[in-house]
Amino acid sequence: MYLLLNENDLCVYYDFDKNPGIKAKGRFVSERFAYLEDEATIKKLVQFSNGSQTNVTFSLPQMHCSSCIFLLENLHRINPGVIKSQTNFQRKEVFIIFDPHQISLRKVVELLAFIGYEPNISLKDTVSKRTSTFNRQRIYKIGVAGFCFANIMMLSFPEYFSSGNIEQNGLKETFTWLNLGLSLPVLFYSASGFFVSAWKGLRQQFLNIDAPIALAIVVTYARSYYEIITGTGAGYLDSGTGIVFFMLIGRWFQDKTYDSFSFDRDYLSYFPLGVSIIKDGIEKNIPVTQLQKGNRIIIRNEEMIPADAILLSGNANVDYSFVSGENTPVQKQPGQLIYAGGKQIGSVIELEVAGEASQSYITQLWNNDVFHNKKNGEKSFIHPWSRYFTLALFAVAATTLVFWLINDTSKILPAVSSVLIVACPCSLLLSATFTYGNMLRLFGKNKLYLKNASVMESLAKIDTIVFDKTGTITQNQTSLVSYEGTPLTDKELVAVRNVARQSSHPLSKIIAVWLQTGDDKIIPVDQFNEYTGKGLQAIVNGIDVKMGSASFMHQFNPGFASYDTGSHVHVMMNNVHMGRFNVSNQYRPGVEQLVDELKNKGLVLSVLSGDNDAERDNLKKIFGAAADLNFNQTPQQKLDFIEALQKDKKNVLMLGDGLNDAGALMQSNVGIAVSDNTAQFSPACDAILAGENVQLLEKFIAFAKSGKTIVTASFILSILYNIAGLSFAVQGILSPMVAAILMPASSISIVLLVTALSSISARAKGL
Amino acid sequence: MSALFILIGISILVAASFLAAFLWSVKSGQFDDDYTPSVRMLFDDTKQIPTKKIQTKTQQKLND
Repeated sequence: MYLLLNENDLCVYYDFDKNPGIKAKGRFVSERFAYLEDEATIKKLVQFSNGSQTNVTFSLPQMHCSSCIFLLENLHRINPGVIKSQTNFQRKEVFIIFDPHQISLRKVVELLAFIGYEPNISLKDTVSKRTSTFNRQRIYKIGVAGFCFANIMMLSFPEYFSSGNIEQNGLKETFTWLNLGLSLPVLFYSASGFFVSAWKGLRQQFLNIDAPIALAIVVTYARSYYEIITGTGAGYLDSGTGIVFFMLIGRWFQDKTYDSFSFDRDYLSYFPLGVSIIKDGIEKNIPVTQLQKGNRIIIRNEEMIPADAILLSGNANVDYSFVSGENTPVQKQPGQLIYAGGKQIGSVIELEVAGEASQSYITQLWNNDVFHNKKNGEKSFIHPWSRYFTLALFAVAATTLVFWLINDTSKILPAVSSVLIVACPCSLLLSATFTYGNMLRLFGKNKLYLKNASVMESLAKIDTIVFDKTGTITQNQTSLVSYEGTPLTDKELVAVRNVARQSSHPLSKIIAVWLQTGDDKIIPVDQFNEYTGKGLQAIVNGIDVKMGSASFMHQFNPGFASYDTGSHVHVMMNNVHMGRFNVSNQYRPGVEQLVDELKNKGLVLSVLSGDNDAERDNLKKIFGAAADLNFNQTPQQKLDFIEALQKDKKNVLMLGDGLNDAGALMQSNVGIAVSDNTAQFSPACDAILAGENVQLLEKFIAFAKSGKTIVTASFILSILYNIAGLSFAVQGILSPMVAAILMPASSISIVLLVTALSSISARAKGL
Repeated sequence: MSALFILIGISILVAASFLAAFLWSVKSGQFDDDYTPSVRMLFDDTKQIPTKKIQTKTQQKLND
């Protein structure tokens, strides 16, 4: 890595950050990217190509610091075939323009992989083309509304101070007509989103929060245009454009999403694009979609098995951590079926495909209905409020109408229309959007990334929490090893280490690593024998060392009485049982405390694990005897478990990490994917949580609950504002100036209040 | 008094030109990414090194 940079005079890379910390991955196998030679694949990946230059965008989840930007934007210095490369750090993407005559797409990808940024190219990119999701329309709308609002405000000023009596000839008319002209783009362009949304709601016979807003906008503009055209007044265009402007900003603030995260992944996102097959003795690359039953495929180190297949030859050591969360690789013998989704670790293996990629065991889960029905759009508690608000508003308007009908018919129109104008629910809407927008930001600061604001409302209602074990409450990749029994001398430890090193069994490997010391001498081992699935036997320095399961020990020493409750490796020296190594999962720090906190809050906790029940005792210690602990769960069983809880009217929060949790995460009310690398794979979910912050879960829930309180409080405040405005309106004496002051004042004060309250609440909760 | 009409016309024109500038800047993608440019500007422009050897060396490495 350093050499490469040095050659190209990019050493300055190391000056930017003390720890640029990317690894040039040693596993740089050229054949892996052979599928990028395929014309059809290239066509699907590139965005534009005219023969002399090709544009392509890659997603690079490894991008993490300013040095990455530097390196990636200097690709042209490493290879002149690259014309330009530009990164988008937040989306973790790089946009590359290259000359196809000088460098092929495959070479570009290999270059990226070589410098440590292997692009995340998945089947999904070719099935549906990556499109820019950035919405510029919204910014245009805000810009236009802001421009019109400011100018209308300026032109309305004379009106406020002279109470409508402008002496200048024609000046008043000019101002009002200019206002009318300026308000048109706001009405027809900027506010169009509210009308569309309200109309969609009405068509589904649902009065959403946009309906009263659309109504208020229509009434405000209609009355203002009427006044201007008939020359009877100046109208309320200043407030009318103002509310549109403020509400657009509110929407923008709330809808700021996490661009670099993908919450709606399905199996297509996980599968590799191409695979090497052997046909008539020739190795060839084909897209995974063309893979058929009976094909013979070659899988290399670190490659994923794309379809259920039968092992033909080679030493298969399959890592299913990504599918099941199980952190120890599984050894397979030729003739055995290997499920899709596993990663081969070690040498090359050859397999015969048993079914197409789309019909494998792991993809079957996606055929479940849960994945086809969108989450049954739990109605936000804001919507009922908005409905009551609209109903109350109509009641007030009707009362006003009746009152003036009896007393003074000339005041009917001004009074009723100003009721509808002033009682705009915008402060109501703004309070929710700004509270949730700010809370999303605060959650994000603590590395819980919510899909959208409605997840927060669901989170506040949670009463049951279901944990996945591996990778969620335990740490992936690390295991806790301990030894109990007769203490081993240094010489004996060295012997054990050297025997363990001979085996490729996961447990042996873990023990060998654990026993590693500074002077790591390799001592010759004699008469080494491995009994598959049982244990090892060898002679080191004249000591007869036996290691293995309890039943293995039993073979040599019938008097040995012990049984295995988990992952244990017993050691026997010269046929004397010395003790055993216990290999257990390492729990995330703070899990016990978290469980206590959650239990104190009266939440029901359970654990679903795809693993065996070796950890039952440890989990009982943490979760207490009453907790529901389930082991050996299949992905479908996990899903059913959640469904059963929901039938009991429970609001279930599921925490999981692997693909095997995908169904359960989808089924639950809130599915949180726990990930140690938030930029990388996580199954479809409502939220992504960084592994190191799992212990903050109780605080997250408490904070989500406080969000509802804040919104309710600000609703009350906004209703007070509405009452103040309405008291003018029902009397028919609402002047444009009162409206123009009341509306921005109420909106801004509410925005400030909820932002401050949510930040204070987060601090109080310790986030 | 007609000066006032002209002034208002000018003020709206000036404001409209700002709006046009804003719309143009959005359209040209200046608002698409509000983080990377702030980092990019901190990188020094180092001299281009015109040696050919270097390219071949790297090339070899990639082909390994």
